[in-house]
Amino acid sequence: MKVLVGAGSCGFAAGAHKLMDELDAIQDLKIDYEITGCIGMCHLEPIMEVHEGGEVFRFVKVMPEDVRPILDDFRNYENNRISVEDADSLVKQPRVVLKNCGVINPEDIEDYINIGGYEAIRNCYESSSPEAVINEIKTSGLRGRGGAGFPTWFKWDAARKSPGPKKYVVCNADEGDPGAFMDRSVLEGDPHTLIEGMMICGFAIDSDEGVVYVRAEYPLAIRRLEKAIKDARAKNILGKDIFGIKGRNFDLRIKAGAGAFVCGEETALIASLEGERGMPRLKPPFPAQKGFWQLPTNINNVETFANVPWIIRNGGAAFAKFGIESSKGTKVFALTGKVKKGGLVEVPMGMSLREVIYDIGGGIVGDRPFKAVQLGGPSGGCVPAQLIDTSVDYESITRTGAIVGSGGMVVMDDTTCMVDMARFFLDFTCKESCGKCTYCRMGTKRMLEILERITNGQGKDGDIELLEELSYKVKDGSLCGLGQTAPNPVLTTIKYFRNEYEDHIYNKTCTAKQCAALIRYEVVADKCIGCTVCAKACPVSCIKGELRKVHEIDQDACIKCGQCFQKCKFDAIRVY
Amino acid sequence: MGIQDQVEDRALVDLSLIDPIIEKYGKVKGSTITILQGVQETYGFLPSETLTYIAKKTGMKEAKLYGVATFYTQFRMKPVGKNLIMLCQGTACHVNGASAIEKAIVEELGICEGETTSDGVFTFTNVACLGCCSLAPVMMINGETYAKLTPEKTVGVLRELRAEAQSEMEVS
Repeated sequence: MKVLVGAGSCGFAAGAHKLMDELDAIQDLKIDYEITGCIGMCHLEPIMEVHEGGEVFRFVKVMPEDVRPILDDFRNYENNRISVEDADSLVKQPRVVLKNCGVINPEDIEDYINIGGYEAIRNCYESSSPEAVINEIKTSGLRGRGGAGFPTWFKWDAARKSPGPKKYVVCNADEGDPGAFMDRSVLEGDPHTLIEGMMICGFAIDSDEGVVYVRAEYPLAIRRLEKAIKDARAKNILGKDIFGIKGRNFDLRIKAGAGAFVCGEETALIASLEGERGMPRLKPPFPAQKGFWQLPTNINNVETFANVPWIIRNGGAAFAKFGIESSKGTKVFALTGKVKKGGLVEVPMGMSLREVIYDIGGGIVGDRPFKAVQLGGPSGGCVPAQLIDTSVDYESITRTGAIVGSGGMVVMDDTTCMVDMARFFLDFTCKESCGKCTYCRMGTKRMLEILERITNGQGKDGDIELLEELSYKVKDGSLCGLGQTAPNPVLTTIKYFRNEYEDHIYNKTCTAKQCAALIRYEVVADKCIGCTVCAKACPVSCIKGELRKVHEIDQDACIKCGQCFQKCKFDAIRVY
Repeated sequence: MGIQDQVEDRALVDLSLIDPIIEKYGKVKGSTITILQGVQETYGFLPSETLTYIAKKTGMKEAKLYGVATFYTQFRMKPVGKNLIMLCQGTACHVNGASAIEKAIVEELGICEGETTSDGVFTFTNVACLGCCSLAPVMMINGETYAKLTPEKTVGVLRELRAEAQSEMEVS
């Protein structure tokens, strides 16, 4: 019997370490348990699997007290068993990037080798050429998964053809988009796949050195990757004369980022690697010509590299079978927000948003109406309910005004205010602007001020038009992707939810009841039984009323904290 | 006596603690961030005299060090409390009510974002996405993640940590 515990960041946050403590404590059963990465079903964590005689028994939301009963009778124990529906939603996902996440032990290199790991790079070294590898990537149709969707083979080819005494392979693991965490999951759950992907890139462009630029906010990912690199070195998979083949050299190191969203941009990332402030520069020259230390450099993100070993092992044509004409392969999405089954999903390109949100994500929490889905983080936009049948591929999503981006998919219901969403993203990009371009630095600030005014009930005629005008100027007047895309959340919400902006500005109402300045709490007289709970909960004591008598809220003193609304058990407080 | 020597004399922290870091990375080009990360790990923040000290030892411009230190959100120029509360302000957390959690923290501790409580037990800071979006809203305190927060649960966690800190203080 083998026991596996899901031990990614999400698993730990849900209490996986308590399960492990319990497994340690149950000495008499002599349990041999191993950790594994995130299988993607974060809403079901902590997850524990029992493997016995080729069968897998998966248990979800396992608490320490469940461990013993499960182990005693895992064939018949029903309480925590994964539901048929949840198990099915896993089956619906063809897995390329996440195939090992939640399956192998990320801290054991043998686990990776046993499932054919490092065979792809060995084959490259033994019997392939850089041209053949790049051709295979070209056949696969793989495009950069970090946001821009640029054809991967093209970048590799440019770096290969670029002359230089030394070349670098850089992995962008500075996953900064709020709402996206697939790169973290790969780093935590399958670090060797990333290493192999980077090695193959090194072979293709003739580079012997790689750097992984990881967010400092991902301590577990850094730890697992460090161990993976150390183990690979010990087995002569990284270093000099790899696999004993003379002249095949490649080594990797980790550089911890220090927190700056703009460092997701290639040239800013390079500046940061060189120890400078992470500010982008004008392109060309592209990093493929002059990158890290002015030498030819190829930069891809984690998910892009993680696709590579699979492509080399199974062939580009097999990869291209997934997806549609212009967008090949699978894409990992971080499905979060007001969705029932949040987590990581890997779907073939071309699946509709409806299938992702309803069939795999299980629909909206509390079965409330679906309002919009935000794609691509602060650079993306909101796709409204009427476009829910849009196919998830680079072109179709771009046509809506959003972008596939790194794959953040935040689902919103009728309680999400779209003006507030736009304000939220502008607040983010405004803080993260490096300050180099005036429009990005000042333009986003002015836009944020307007949005703050609107959500505070002080919007005025002409604000929407001014926002639009500023949006286009910020897009045109910015050097890098951050500024060029920062207005997208504003533009898409104006495009699809203009009525909400107008409600805020002209009618001074917030239909989603989120903007505190525009809402009012009132007691419903025929429902209030005078239990005094609301009056006790009110932090500013503005609810008056005696026991068993209808209460009243003093509107002038009310700070709209919503405590009374949350505490009332009789539906007697209503928001207007 | 030069200004830099005076600074060294007046230093409030033991500057020799970072000598090994400077020794190891001082001559490796492109290591500014790595050195500053090492300094922050040593003291919990970047005491301003350390920047002068590094500049003097490595020949880097102090202005450049300061520029890098203030560019990245990871670096702090002020000391932090025993418990560093990092509240996630990612999209998923925002949609699921991170602002209510922020309000609860601010009310419970009586400090604003970026401040430290007078007893030095807590520092509260907002951070960009922690990558635990499916468990939103979340906060991280000293590396431990607290998931699916409600205002009540948050206050409970803070009170527990405060009690822990107080009993530790009594013991010592």
